Amino acid sequence: MPLILLSALNRIALAAVTLFGVAVVVFVLLRVVPGDPIAMMISPGSTPEQIAQMRANYGLDGSILSQFWIWLKAILLGDFGTSISLRRNVLELLAERLPATLELAVAALVFAVLLGGAIAIIGTLVRRTFLEPVLDTVNGTILAVPDFVWALALISVFGVFFPVFPLSGRVDPSVQNDFFTYFYLIESLLTLRLSAIVDISSHMIMPVLALGLPLAAIIARVLKEALLEAMVQDYILLAKLKGKSNLRLIMQEALRNAIGPTVALTGVQFTFLIGGTVIVERIFAYPGIGNMAIDAVINRDLPLIQGLVLVFGALFILINLGVDLLVAAFNPRLRHA
Amino acid sequence: MRKSLKAALSEPKVVLAGGFILLLLIAAVFAPWLAPKDPLEQDLMLGTLPPTGYEGTEPGYWLGTDDLGRDVLSRLIHGSRTALIVAFVAAGLAALLGTMLGLLAGWYRGWVDVVISRLVDIWMAFPPVLLSILLVAVLGSGVHSVIAAIVIIDWTRFCRVVRSETMAQAQMDYVTAAQTIGFPKARILFSEILPNVAPVIVALLSLEMGIAVIVEAILSFVGLSVSSDTPTWGGMIAQGRAIIYQGWWVLVAPLVLLFLTVLAFNQLGDGLRRALDPMMRR
Amino acid sequence: MTEPFLSITGLSAVSDRENGAPILRDVSLRLERGEVRGLVGESGAGKSTIAKALLGILPRTVRVTGGAIRFEGQDLLTLKPKQLSDIMGSEISLIPQDPQTALNPGRRVESQLTDGLRMRRGLSRQAAHDKALKLLEEVHIRDPERVLKAYPHELSGGMRQRVLIAAAFALEPKLVVADEPTTALDVTVQKQILRLIRGMQKTHGTGMIFVTHDLGVVAQICDTVTLLYAGKVIEAGPTAQVLATPKHAYTKALLAAGPRYDRPTAGLEPVPQAIFDQLRAEMGIM
Repeated sequence: MPLILLSALNRIALAAVTLFGVAVVVFVLLRVVPGDPIAMMISPGSTPEQIAQMRANYGLDGSILSQFWIWLKAILLGDFGTSISLRRNVLELLAERLPATLELAVAALVFAVLLGGAIAIIGTLVRRTFLEPVLDTVNGTILAVPDFVWALALISVFGVFFPVFPLSGRVDPSVQNDFFTYFYLIESLLTLRLSAIVDISSHMIMPVLALGLPLAAIIARVLKEALLEAMVQDYILLAKLKGKSNLRLIMQEALRNAIGPTVALTGVQFTFLIGGTVIVERIFAYPGIGNMAIDAVINRDLPLIQGLVLVFGALFILINLGVDLLVAAFNPRLRHA
Repeated sequence: MRKSLKAALSEPKVVLAGGFILLLLIAAVFAPWLAPKDPLEQDLMLGTLPPTGYEGTEPGYWLGTDDLGRDVLSRLIHGSRTALIVAFVAAGLAALLGTMLGLLAGWYRGWVDVVISRLVDIWMAFPPVLLSILLVAVLGSGVHSVIAAIVIIDWTRFCRVVRSETMAQAQMDYVTAAQTIGFPKARILFSEILPNVAPVIVALLSLEMGIAVIVEAILSFVGLSVSSDTPTWGGMIAQGRAIIYQGWWVLVAPLVLLFLTVLAFNQLGDGLRRALDPMMRR
Repeated sequence: MTEPFLSITGLSAVSDRENGAPILRDVSLRLERGEVRGLVGESGAGKSTIAKALLGILPRTVRVTGGAIRFEGQDLLTLKPKQLSDIMGSEISLIPQDPQTALNPGRRVESQLTDGLRMRRGLSRQAAHDKALKLLEEVHIRDPERVLKAYPHELSGGMRQRVLIAAAFALEPKLVVADEPTTALDVTVQKQILRLIRGMQKTHGTGMIFVTHDLGVVAQICDTVTLLYAGKVIEAGPTAQVLATPKHAYTKALLAAGPRYDRPTAGLEPVPQAIFDQLRAEMGIM
């Protein structure tokens, strides 16, 4: 047990170092951007004294190293500055928008794991029948279509030809004001508000499909391969002799050995999925941080871009950390070493 | 070389997908002559005409018009120019940069390899989306930024594969033979090893072109690629998304073409890999 | 004459993968209750095909073309899958070859050992646990409580094989098929395991088919022996008799060639080519 704790601490330390690395890259890159950062922050009509004061406030009159130190201190204290285009505190904006993205991404992940897992298990059950190539082909096709194209195809089909789902937004304005937190879906699930749950789900279903379908196909492919590999082992044979059905062989014997590599891969792919929220949120006008990131880039809103990149970076690092710990938890060798 | 070509052409995927891309290439090169209308000509009297076969069409507008009365088919044909320029230039440059560094790392090993491999590891630890947001923020919008962003993000793909292929080839007897004859190291790399690594690069290049087409479409969709008066598939898709209830075809037509193009590049890469692989591995 | 406990008569099988090449040619053997019969031959002789046929787990590429396997009056080859799976693991069980891969690395020993007891015998969790403890004691495992809680990777190869032997005898089967159960083990452990298997077999009065390529092992554990070459029975009889006065030149050559206790893992020393030629000629194979 102490060993696993030690390796967990090691990973956490590594994650902290990586996050610091991201901060350095962000700092350097944004200093490369042509233009005076102060010029973008001042409100119109400031006097030269005010500008000089601001420059001193941000430590921009000091050396690059002291500038970095001041910048880092501000970041650590949660002072991300003010958005130029939206004229609001960046941290506040992030706190409003991040929950929307998190709900979307996690919903897509859950959907992908369930669908991908089901396809893999069914694929293993029907192996060597005519259904196997059919399933493989369907899976391969899902995989070949990127989330951007999925999103737009879904919009065409369910927006125009069978208009069943709302095409944009997160929640109908009529229910929007009743929330205490920005986690609308979780909050309405916890308070059992059926109408809100239905409304939010119907807004989320298409973006979730667009993000989740390619991931489901990847999970299905990898998990099926791992399952087939496990199914030829001797312990499966012995379990079969004990009279276990094929489904039980998969669920009770093979799955727990196949799941480790799949979890590791799903983690990496989940960071890609979060990357995908940027464009998918845009297509569905979903008010998350991804959609906001595009506006920030279009408007060259540097304080906001900086905050967004740091949040995305922290998310990716946290996911990788979580995956490492999860993989260890699924592997008895690591758990008891 | 002739043999590889023959093997590639006997793979139906390659012929089908390659044929599609060839057609697209012809359409892009001869766009001004092939497009039935001027892709920029607006005529509000002819706004949102549906494609041929639906009610209320005008002859000559096969795929209908957008809300400004511009011919969808002509815009698609002209849009293929940007798509293919980005596909070929960005993927080509990424392949060139990645292949060079991969060959060096795999052949000279030692500190060259350490430096390049570390660089690739660090690069790949940085999520592509972050990198592209930062890059476009730094570089500004425009087709050059799009190409630069793709090259800067995706050269690592080529580098990693080429490096490991080069290392595998370096173990082969023909390399040892060339070394005993006393050929200079650089010459062995380019005249002995490179031709054997080339099939992998070609297959990867094809896949990368598909990725580049999508990235360009995404960036022009959000308005960060070429200026809005140049027709692009992504731009058309954005416009179609905005007027989806009035003219779905403005969205669907470029979307279908985009999908087919990406599929063709994927299948071509897949087919090439399959056709060329056994020859490499013997 | 009463029907024997287990009899294989005229069993023939071909491989679909190798254009119908014969794997078993008219194999017959019988086994009485409580008897241990060695099945000896080099790889490809068909000994493990017979073992798999007994367990109803022949690969899809192997097709039985004739003969019968009668176990307590039922022909295993004509049983419906449901009936067959009721017998397998319950009446007939397996001691596998490689203890490394025969235990599920992701499950604790307890759940793997008690699966069958709970599913087949309907034992409660507690009853199955008690029975598992007894079984582990019976295979001379010290500290059985700890072993039950362990994952396979925490046990040595010999320990794992003991667990697998315990599992094979858990449901009091009438027939145990041992598929080279000692080949994957260290020499010192091999002997202990052989003695253990023999002891278990005697206490439980189980019939056993013991597959091996090692005549030395046969001498230690088998009452009777059947020698196979290229899917055909060459010689069969009581172990002592076959080993003392072998009739067939191939058996003689095998005995002369080895095995040696100083190098048991090296397998058999080469048998003179002339004997193979003679064997092939007898069987009409070129």
